[in-house]
Amino acid sequence: MSYILGRIGQAVIVLAIAFTAAFVLLQALPGDALLIKFESPESGLSPDQIALLRDSLGANIPIWQQFFDTLGGFLVGDFGYSVQSGTPVSVIIASALPNTLVLATSAFVVAIVLAVALAVLAQLSWLPWLRTMLRSLPSLFISVPVFWLGIVLIQVFSFRLGWLPVINPGPIEGLIMPVAALALPIAAPMAQVLIRSIDDVLTQPFIAVVRSKGASEWWILSRNVARNAVLPALTIAGLLLGELISGAVITETVFGRAGIGRATEQAVTNQDAPVLQAIVVISAAIFVLVNLLVDLLYPLLDPRLKTIATVNA
Amino acid sequence: MSDTTRTSEPSTRRSSVRRAGRARPILLVAAAVYLALMVAWAVLPGLFAHGDPIVGVATDGLQAPSAAHWFGTDATGRDMYTRVVFGSVHTLVTALIAVLFGLVFGTGIGLVAGSVRGVVDAVLMRLVDVLLAVPSLLLSLSIIIVLGFGTTQVAIAVGITSVAAFARLARAEVMRVRAMDYVEAAFASGGSFVSVLLRHVLPNSLTPVIALAALQFGTAILSIAALGFLGYGAPPPTPEWGLMIAEGRNYIATSWWLTTIPGVVVVLTVLAANRISTAISERNRA
Amino acid sequence: MIQKQLAGWNASAPVVEVDGLSIAYSGRTGDTAVLHDVSFSLGRGDTLTLVGESGSGKTTTAQALIGLLAANGRITHGSIRLGGLDVTEWSSKQWLRLRGSHIGLVPQDPHNSLNPVRRIGDSLAEVMNLHRFGNAPATRRRVIELLERVQISEPELRVKQYPHELSGGMKQRVLIASAIAMRPALIIADEPTSALDVTVQKTILDLLDELRAESGTSVLLVTHDLAVAADRATHVIVLKDGRVQEQGPSAAVLWHPQAQYTRALLADAPALSAAVRTSDDVRAQLALSQHAEPVVVVNDLVQVFSRGRTLPGLRAVDSVSFEVRRGMTHALVGESGSGKSTIARAVMGFQKPTSGGILVDGVDMTSVSGQQLRQARRRLQMVYQNPFGSLDPRQSVQQILVEPMSNYRIGSARERQQRMLAALDRVSLPATMAAKRPHEMSGGQRQRVAIARALVLEPTVLVLDEAVSALDVTVQASILELLSEVQRELGTAYLFISHDLAVVRQVAQTMTVLSHGVAVESGITEDVFASPQHPYTVTLLDAIPGRRAQSRAL
Repeated sequence: MSYILGRIGQAVIVLAIAFTAAFVLLQALPGDALLIKFESPESGLSPDQIALLRDSLGANIPIWQQFFDTLGGFLVGDFGYSVQSGTPVSVIIASALPNTLVLATSAFVVAIVLAVALAVLAQLSWLPWLRTMLRSLPSLFISVPVFWLGIVLIQVFSFRLGWLPVINPGPIEGLIMPVAALALPIAAPMAQVLIRSIDDVLTQPFIAVVRSKGASEWWILSRNVARNAVLPALTIAGLLLGELISGAVITETVFGRAGIGRATEQAVTNQDAPVLQAIVVISAAIFVLVNLLVDLLYPLLDPRLKTIATVNA
Repeated sequence: MSDTTRTSEPSTRRSSVRRAGRARPILLVAAAVYLALMVAWAVLPGLFAHGDPIVGVATDGLQAPSAAHWFGTDATGRDMYTRVVFGSVHTLVTALIAVLFGLVFGTGIGLVAGSVRGVVDAVLMRLVDVLLAVPSLLLSLSIIIVLGFGTTQVAIAVGITSVAAFARLARAEVMRVRAMDYVEAAFASGGSFVSVLLRHVLPNSLTPVIALAALQFGTAILSIAALGFLGYGAPPPTPEWGLMIAEGRNYIATSWWLTTIPGVVVVLTVLAANRISTAISERNRA
Repeated sequence: MIQKQLAGWNASAPVVEVDGLSIAYSGRTGDTAVLHDVSFSLGRGDTLTLVGESGSGKTTTAQALIGLLAANGRITHGSIRLGGLDVTEWSSKQWLRLRGSHIGLVPQDPHNSLNPVRRIGDSLAEVMNLHRFGNAPATRRRVIELLERVQISEPELRVKQYPHELSGGMKQRVLIASAIAMRPALIIADEPTSALDVTVQKTILDLLDELRAESGTSVLLVTHDLAVAADRATHVIVLKDGRVQEQGPSAAVLWHPQAQYTRALLADAPALSAAVRTSDDVRAQLALSQHAEPVVVVNDLVQVFSRGRTLPGLRAVDSVSFEVRRGMTHALVGESGSGKSTIARAVMGFQKPTSGGILVDGVDMTSVSGQQLRQARRRLQMVYQNPFGSLDPRQSVQQILVEPMSNYRIGSARERQQRMLAALDRVSLPATMAAKRPHEMSGGQRQRVAIARALVLEPTVLVLDEAVSALDVTVQASILELLSEVQRELGTAYLFISHDLAVVRQVAQTMTVLSHGVAVESGITEDVFASPQHPYTVTLLDAIPGRRAQSRAL
C-alpha cells in the first residue's frame, strides 16, 4: 500500500515541478507576450489602451498570484486564453485533442503489434539470414526521421502508385499513412527491447530446465519467456509515450491534419505561451499517469515485486 | 597446474547469436568511414563540392540526378550535392554541442545522485523525471520560445532533452560500480572517497556513457532535422538538411530527389552513429 | 497413469551407452575440440559420477546426453545410445519425446532454475502437460504426491507459492520432483548441490539416492567435488581437458587411483585428507603467545539490520566474541545467513556494529573513522571470494599493487616498484605479470594478485572472506599452500571465513561455528572435530562430503 502511495506521491511531485517549470519558462521569463504583440508600432495602440488591455487580461497582477491563479485554473480545466486569438485554450485543446488521440492510439497499437510480431519472428525463424535481417530491421527504423518517412510514404503510395489520396482522403484512408509514419519509428525501439529481453530470458537457467522437460521452442516462448520478457518492454512502452506525442506533432504537420500538432506549431510560431503551456502540461500529465499505471501494473505481472511491495509496507 | 576458476563450461545456444551480431566488422568499418567523410565535408566542404550552396543557376532548375549534378538541383537551380555537403557542418556542429550539453549536465547530475545518494539523489531524480515527462519535441520548442530561433538555441534545446537519459544511465552505472568488490578493496587499501571515485568509479562507469553519447549524437541529428523541417532551426537559405527536406516538399510530385536524398543522408548518418555506439558497448561487455 | 514407452526404447538395454564420443565447439577461430573419445555405460539403478574441474568437459557430456548441446556444439565422432536407441543424429524434434519422459534433469543452480513468474504447482505440472500425463485433476493429485515424496511440507500451500518464497533447498526439491514426475529411466544431475549449503547438500543427495533405490532409476551425477563422488557413486569417471583420466568402480578409483591426475585430485581434496596438526600442537602454540595481546579481539559483537517500520530488526550477529592471535588462523564457519560475512565487514570497519567491541592491533574499529580508519586499515587487509570482481578490470597488475603504497605515501617510485615485484614474487607470479590486466589472467592468478595487493602493505591481520571457495580444487590447494607459507614467514594473522569445514580443518588452529548470528561453538579446531558439543556442529560435520566414503573404507 505504501508502495502505491509513494509512487502516486512521486507522480504528483513531478507534475507540480513540470507545471512550475512550464510556468516559469513560458509565462514569467519572456516578460509578457502582450508587450511583444501590442507594443510594436504596427498594432497602432496608444500606451493608455495597452495599459487597459493589460489590466483586463490580468497582466499587472504580481507573478506569484498569477502562478496560483494559473494553477487553480489548470486544476479545474481552465487553461486561460490564447494570446493570439483570444479563444479559451480549453476550447482550442478540446477541438484538437480527439484527432490526435485517434492518430496516436492507432499508431501505438500498430507499433505494439509490429514489435511483437517482429520479435517473435526473429526468434522462431530457422533461417540464419532471415534471423539476422529481422534483427537488424529495428536499428534501421530507429534511424529514420518521422517527417521524412511520411514524405516518402506520400511519394510512393500517393504519387508513384496512386493508391492513397493525399487531398481530401476518407477518414480511414487518411489515417493509414500517418499511422504508418508514426508507428514504424515507435515500433523499432520496442522491438529492439523485446528482442533483447527475450534473448536475456532465454539464457536464464530455468529455460534450460523447461527445455529438458521436452518443451518445443514455441512452448518455451509462449508459456515461459513471454511473461518474463514483457516486463522491460512495458517500461519502454511507457517511456516511448513521449516519443509518440512528439511524433504525432510532426506527423500532423507533414500530412496537414488538424490536431494538437498543428495547434503546437501555431502556438510556437505566434509565441502563444498559454496554449503551449497547456499542451506541455497536459502531455506531461498524460505521460506521468500512464507511467504510473505501468508501475502499478508491474507487481501484478511479477510476483517478486508484490512481495517487496508488501514487505516495505 | 590448470589455474582456473570453477564456472560453467562454454555454452548456451544464445551466446552464438550474440557472437553473430558482433562478427560483422565490415558494417562498423563502413560506419566509421562514412562518419569520417561527413566530418571531412564539414571541415573542408570546398574540397568536395565546387558549386555555391546559396546562389543557384536559375536555368538549371529542378534537374534530376546526373553526372553533372549527383543529387540533382532544386527549383532555383542550386546543386543539391553542394548543399548537402555544405549543410553537414551545420548539423554535425549543432549535434555535437547538443550531445556535449547533455553529456556534461546529465552525467554530472547522475554522478552526484549516484555517489551522494539520500535527499540529493531524490531531488535530482525528480527533476530528471520532469525532463523525461515532457515529450522531447515540446521541451525543445518551449526552450526555443524562450531563447529564440537560431543554431545555438536549437543545440541547447536538443541538448536538454538528452540530459535525462545521461543522468539516469550515469547514476545507474555509478551505483553498479560502487557495489563492486574492487571499489571496497580500494577503500580497504587506504583510498579516500574522492580518490576512489576518480580512480575506480568514474573510469569504470564511463564506457556505457560514451556509448550513449554516440547514440544520442544520432538522436540529436534526428531532432535537429525535425526542428529544421518545422522551421524552427536555421533560417533559409541555410543548407540545413531538415530545412532542405521541408523546401523539397513543394515539388514532391515531380522531383523526388529534393526530399529523398537529404533524407537518406540523415538516415545513414544516424545509422553510422548508432553502429558505433553498439560497438562501444559490445567492447565494454566483452 | 502408466507412462507411454517410446517406440524402440529397450528397458533391458543399458540406460546409457556412450562410445568414443568426441565433441567440438565451433567459434570464429575454427573448431575447438572439448571432448575426446569418451566411452562409458550406465546400467539400470546405478549412479555414475563424472568428476572434473572447470573445462574438463563434464557438463558438455551431460548436455550431449539430453540433446541440449550449445548451438555451436557438435558431435564429431562416436555415438550415444539411450535405452538401446541410437540418438547421435537425432533432430531436435525427435528429442522432444525423450526429454522429460525418459530423462529428467536436475540443474545446477536451483535459485534461477524455476520460472520466477509461475506458481510452483504450474512449474511442476508443466512436464506432465508436455507428455500428456493425464487430465487436470490427475495431474494435480500427482503434483501433491510428488511434493510429498520429496518431503516438502504443506504441499497444498506450496503449489500456490512462487519460487522466491521458497528456500534454495526447497527449490531444488521441487526441481527433483519435476525431474522424476514422469518416472524417467535416467536422471542427470549437473552439480545439483554446488549452489546450496552443506547441510542442505547432504539432504538433497540423500533424497536422490533414495529415489534411485526405490524406482530403479539410473543417475548420472556431474560434480567437481571428488568427495561427493566418493560418497554417492557406484562408478566414477575422472575427466580432465575433455579426456578420461580414469574410470571404474568408485572404490577402485578412489582408493587405488592409477592415473597421476586422480592422485593429485585426491591429494588436493581437503575433505579426503587427514588432519594436518594435533590439538596438542595448537595448545603449545597458544601457550607460547599467552603473554602477547591478541591482534584481533571481538567482544560481544551485535549487528542489527532494520527491516522497515513494521518488522523487528534482524539480528544478523548476536553477541559474538572471539580472538585471533599473531601468526595464527581463526576460522569463522557457518552456512549462508550465519552472519560470518557481516562480522568480516565490521572488523574491516566497513560497517559500524550496533554494539560490542572490535580491537584490531589495539585500535578500536567501532569508534574510528576518516583518517584514523584509513591508518588502521594499513595493518588490516582483506581478500575477497570472487577474484573476478575484486580487481579493477581497467588496472594493470602493477597499478593494482602500487596503489595501496601510494595511498599511504610509502617509499619513492623506485622503492614501490621494487616492493611490487617482491610482492609478485611472494605469491609466485613472474615479474612479467605486472603488465597484465585481470581479464588476461586465470582465476587462480587473479586470486594471487589479490593476495599480493593485501600483503604489499605488510598487514598484521588478513581477513580472508571465502577466499578459496570459488576456485578449482587443485588451484585451491595451491592457494592454501601459499597462504600458510606467507603466515610462516611473515607471521600474519588470518581471520578465515568459510562455509567449508574441510578447508577450515586444514588452515585454522582455532574456530568459531556460527548459526543464525549466534556463536554456537568455539575452540581448537581439532577438538571441535573430535568432539563437537553443539548439535548444529554435529550436523555440519556429518554433512561434510567424503565422510561416508572414508568410514566405508575403514
